[in-house]
Amino acid sequence: MWGWLLRRLGQIIPTLLILSVMIFALQQLMPGDPAIIMAGEERGDPQVLAEIRAELMLDRPVWEQYAAWLWRLLHGDLGFSWRIRQPVGSLILEKLPVTLQLGTMAFVIAVAIGVPAGVISAAYRDRPADWAANGIALAGISTPNFWLGIMMILLFSVQLGWLPPSGYVPLSEDWRQSLATTIMPAFVLGGGIAGVFMRHTRAAMIGALGQDYVRTARAKGLPERTVIGRHALRNALIPVVTLGTIELGRLLAGAVLTEQIFSIPGFGKLIVDAVFNRDYPVVQGVVVTTAVIFVSLSLIGDMLYMAINPRLRAA
Amino acid sequence: MSATTAAPAVAKADSPGRRALRRFLRHRLAVLGLIIVIVFVLAAVLAPWIAPYDPVATSWSRIRKPPSELHWFGTDENGRDVLSRVLWGARASLLAGALSVTAALLLGVPFGLLAGLTGGWVDTIISRVTDAMLSVPFLILAIALAAFLGPALENAMLAIAISASPIFVRLARGMAMEAKATEWVEAARSLGNPPWRIAMVHVLPNIVPPLLVQATLAIAEAIIAEASLSFLGLGQQPPNPSWGSMLNAAQRFLTQAPWMAIYPGLAIFLVVLAFNLFGDGLRDALDPRARGR
Amino acid sequence: MTARILAPLAIAATVLAGTAQAQAPASNLPNLRIGLREDPDILDPTLARSFVGRIVFASLCDKLFDINDKLEIIPQLATSHRWEDPKTLLITLREGVSFHDGEKMDAEAVRYSLMRHLSMQGSFRRGEITDLESVEVVSPTTLRLRLKQPSSPFLSQLTDRAGMIVSPKAAEAAGRDFGAKPVCAGPFRFVERVAQDRIVLERFAGYWNAANIHFNRVTFQPITDSTARLANLQSGTLDLIEVTSPSDVPGIRGDRRLRLSTVDGLGYWNIIFNIGNGARSQTPLGQDARVRQAFDLAIDREALIQVVYEGLHTPASQPIPPASAMHVRDLAVTARNLERAKALLREAGVRTPVTIDLMLANSPEMRQAGEVIQSMAAEAGFDVRVVATEFASALQAAVRGDYQAYLNGWSGRPDPDGNVWTFMHSRGAQNDGKYANPEVDSLLDQARTESDPAKRTSFYSQAFRLALTQDRARAYLWHPKIIMAHTARLQGFTLVPDGLIRVQGMRLQ
Repeated sequence: MWGWLLRRLGQIIPTLLILSVMIFALQQLMPGDPAIIMAGEERGDPQVLAEIRAELMLDRPVWEQYAAWLWRLLHGDLGFSWRIRQPVGSLILEKLPVTLQLGTMAFVIAVAIGVPAGVISAAYRDRPADWAANGIALAGISTPNFWLGIMMILLFSVQLGWLPPSGYVPLSEDWRQSLATTIMPAFVLGGGIAGVFMRHTRAAMIGALGQDYVRTARAKGLPERTVIGRHALRNALIPVVTLGTIELGRLLAGAVLTEQIFSIPGFGKLIVDAVFNRDYPVVQGVVVTTAVIFVSLSLIGDMLYMAINPRLRAA
Repeated sequence: MSATTAAPAVAKADSPGRRALRRFLRHRLAVLGLIIVIVFVLAAVLAPWIAPYDPVATSWSRIRKPPSELHWFGTDENGRDVLSRVLWGARASLLAGALSVTAALLLGVPFGLLAGLTGGWVDTIISRVTDAMLSVPFLILAIALAAFLGPALENAMLAIAISASPIFVRLARGMAMEAKATEWVEAARSLGNPPWRIAMVHVLPNIVPPLLVQATLAIAEAIIAEASLSFLGLGQQPPNPSWGSMLNAAQRFLTQAPWMAIYPGLAIFLVVLAFNLFGDGLRDALDPRARGR
Repeated sequence: MTARILAPLAIAATVLAGTAQAQAPASNLPNLRIGLREDPDILDPTLARSFVGRIVFASLCDKLFDINDKLEIIPQLATSHRWEDPKTLLITLREGVSFHDGEKMDAEAVRYSLMRHLSMQGSFRRGEITDLESVEVVSPTTLRLRLKQPSSPFLSQLTDRAGMIVSPKAAEAAGRDFGAKPVCAGPFRFVERVAQDRIVLERFAGYWNAANIHFNRVTFQPITDSTARLANLQSGTLDLIEVTSPSDVPGIRGDRRLRLSTVDGLGYWNIIFNIGNGARSQTPLGQDARVRQAFDLAIDREALIQVVYEGLHTPASQPIPPASAMHVRDLAVTARNLERAKALLREAGVRTPVTIDLMLANSPEMRQAGEVIQSMAAEAGFDVRVVATEFASALQAAVRGDYQAYLNGWSGRPDPDGNVWTFMHSRGAQNDGKYANPEVDSLLDQARTESDPAKRTSFYSQAFRLALTQDRARAYLWHPKIIMAHTARLQGFTLVPDGLIRVQGMRLQ
């Protein structure tokens, strides 16, 4: 088990290598010359462009830029934002807690609503409760985040004045205010994902409830609560865990539109601004961080698989 | 949870007739889903004949007018008929939804099965590449593809498919791993069945339900994603409509002209609902165990 | 001449500064919260590029001169100026001004700042004051600036970022990282910046004009979504916002708790035609002025502005805005004329429909404007393909000539030269269509060195007749209004055409 874990942790490094090559390759494919953007009003002056390129090492071959970046990364240095001249590392450390908080809240909301709704839906299959749960879940999935976000702001902030319409207060500063500023965006994000969880839980439960072992359990006269909770749900969890790790990863990678509407200074806005301004050091730094998150989550996912189904451990 | 304990009592009290009725209802919902999908497909195909107006014809004197007898769904920011645009928009949006999800399935499922069934270094490589793909921001992929392949709806679908495929890899892998660990697959393997046969006969049926659920949900995401792509130069180009781009245009006028968002939004909801109902029915039909119920 | 006009204003300012003692303690003063459309770039006057950054600088860094609502140059850190000859400018500085770090703002500091703008690697100010040859410190309050050649726009450059004076000590210590913690001589000093979240400034007690500052703190919050920005104003979490979506204007007008503030801006939106920039200029549109004129005639500017901008903006015929004294009045706005447009296309002998790729940035308003133009031009015989392009890609395409027509805008400068030369001169850095006409070049150069406004207007008039009426290098569409909204409790807010927020004299009830 420990050997397996160590090997898996070791895989983070080759993954980051694959990813960094992918990102540098995509940067080459992307139109939009960082030097032209940086040059602004002076963009027609070849000398200005040459100066900027030299400063940012853009006049060197890609592999050389890549090697320099990798070398700095090995020394724990992610470089500077070209646009606002702040160290990328500190930018990431500044945004990470925000995104962690928002992402976790959204995830908790999604699981707390989605999984029980899926279980109930499966248990009461083809009855009004099931239909209602499905309808709400699908509506949640097809409602664009910007629409729900604006509607919530107009209702809870402008009309009722209950919640601040935007901004972010760190948890460490004032936890009540912090929750107040993040509850609406967390609900907007979590609401859509709750629908995904609900649909997957329901499908897996319906499948599990038809399995032989569930029938055996029922035949043994075990109470339905035990049948559903211990036998069916446990075996229905594999797709839910898979989805859970991916959705949590996506949440932690930042939610652009929702962050924009609620002015939450998280990862999503950081990466979008960086991409649109071709601020490549920031893009690279954020993507590396995201990759570490995804690899860790897929490790957690595999560990959960084994916890759910001990047979998988042998495999 | 007390309500749950009451469920078996009801289930046991079910007469065979009742069960049949329920199965029929279930199928009727699936049929309803299919009918809605067909209606939308027909609307897309027949748009030139059934749309009351030209979907790109502008009218400066009729911008952002609320629904009326002349314009059932109102008009948009350029005085175009929203109903006609919803009908025409079905073309791009249904294509974007259905084709990109199909492509994502075809791209993701084989790799997921391979990873889950083979394990070892094959699994490691596929899984880590998937992790890396998940970490690449959609925006970067889309901008690079837009520049590389040019602005077209098909290229938008490709971008959506690429970014949606990791989920299918992961789902297929997880389910394949679980299936591999079951007794019957072990038995089949010890009998000397070739791996592809095991995959086709024993594993695939097991992984169909979650894949169907995910596919029907991914359609909604794809339809909405198409709009953000058309903003980057990929996807449906102006003035041609798609539901996603109609929603995007409506964003500036949510309070002044809510109908601009409501009708394309409703269309997306109905299509997603229909695909999901149909998907549920399809799963029942494909699931050998469910037949006995 | 100008110096004499400035003198009484300078005295008025010192008198006001004298009443500073009567001021309430800073902690009792309210805070001002401003909503910006986007996050500004680096806060270093030498390296900054963005328009929203200028809004922040207005509270942070005082300039040598400022402009008023009539675009007249008024004193700020300088009290007066005098041209000793067309190439020599004598500037007298305000006495007793200090930077946020307590250092003296004197002639040496001004010299340092100007040289920093001129010589720092990656400076965006170099192009603006490129005519500056040397700076001579005459006395602690007097400087003599020598120019390489006479330059009429030079003085107005000192009313913007090029005229911002930074603390030499802080700038020397921070080097290229000065923008992370700028130290200037403005009414507020820098407290903190959280990227994409907020920029916080705090009242500077030692400000020379502190009596006119009635806030303790100013916070700038970037909120990109226009509806969300307005919702913040409506719910009272912001006091003053930039309004970027004209469709919000009727709602603001109808709200008793809000006030709308608009002014004709200095900028414009235009269509750049690719005339000589690479292979894609080799089209009927790029090569035949008649085709371009037909395209111009097909656009109904009034209707375009009505549909996309609620009729707020002003139709345009030229780069110089009507607010400027040098606006060329006899150059009329093109009225739509489909018959004439079709006749021109026939005359040019092109096969209709003429296909045109119209590149534009992918904001919702731009896209709508593109669709409106597409629809209007279709009636004259054009098949316009709207190529919505993400900003960075569009910029590159523009520089490299990978476009046929490009709809874009310019925020504008107080002196007409800043709206014209770089876009129309064959050596202009932003002449993306590579329009080149030696006669126009010569007229624009003369307008640059001439100091008499009437003569300059005449040079511009002649240049526009060639570049616009005859050659149709660009089609100007509209001059945008600057639109801001604020709570009714905010008093004394006046917009100046440059669109900056001047906190001096503003009060929150």
